[in-house]
Amino acid sequence: MMETIGPALVAICLLIGAIFTLVAGIGLLKLNDSMTRLHAPTKVGTVGVGAMLLASMIHSFVLGHESYHELLIMAFLFVTAPISANFIAKVQLHKRNCDAPPLPPRDDTWSTYDVPEFDRHHEELEEFSEPKAN
Amino acid sequence: MLSKAYRWLLPHPFLTLLLAVVWTLLQNDISAGMIVFGLILGIIIPLLTQLWWPDRPHGLNLGKFISYALLVMWDILVANVQVAWIVLTKPNSKLKPAWVVVPLELRQPEAITILAGTITLTPGTVSADLSSEGHSLLVHALDAEDPDAVRDEIKSRYEARLLEIFK
Repeated sequence: MMETIGPALVAICLLIGAIFTLVAGIGLLKLNDSMTRLHAPTKVGTVGVGAMLLASMIHSFVLGHESYHELLIMAFLFVTAPISANFIAKVQLHKRNCDAPPLPPRDDTWSTYDVPEFDRHHEELEEFSEPKAN
Repeated sequence: MLSKAYRWLLPHPFLTLLLAVVWTLLQNDISAGMIVFGLILGIIIPLLTQLWWPDRPHGLNLGKFISYALLVMWDILVANVQVAWIVLTKPNSKLKPAWVVVPLELRQPEAITILAGTITLTPGTVSADLSSEGHSLLVHALDAEDPDAVRDEIKSRYEARLLEIFK
């Protein structure tokens, strides 16, 4: 019984994972502005990897030597994926590479733009000066 | 007296539980010995590190936290199908990306972190930035006809639940 259902379940999970990973790749290529492009890998990627890890777990249980590492991989992935997305978004904001966001209702500005006057000046200098030859 | 000893031994009971579970899973061996060793680590590590974590949240509502985690997992599944559908069928010219500003009622950094993470993992939204004093969250939506509706959904679906968890 388990010998027939197990591999089928593994195959289905692998297929789902592969499809979602492919869609994440297509999204990365198709979307044409840096902020929308961020959406495809952050979301579709989690289920893509999740389904493949589920396949690995089912495989280990069918073979009889259980493995729980996949649960941890999934947990760490879900904790870290938003942080990398947040950093990429912050870089886009910092480089003024996207539409300007509206100002926050209560505070002065967004934390990425909240830099001292001196550093703002410094950034502009770096942008316009040629790199020095050694 | 007893509660004082409990406070001293387990300054952060949730972290103790988490460390024990992570240790047992890392060893890939769910046996009594490993669980006891995990619990020993789970008691020692919070004791040694509590100095560097002065304002940790107290009184986490664990039951509500678990139901919140299940809700988020379900939303992630739905969100994946939605985003995949948008990527495959909608031409770029018809997409309506938008900035959404979410005013925050949550004050604890841990709670705001969880909210930001949830937003990034769920329907077509990525949390991009926090305002300078931490009173609002900047969210980018992939395809939002009505940014106000996105903001209201985030507030009612996730923030309200987190407010109950971190009382």
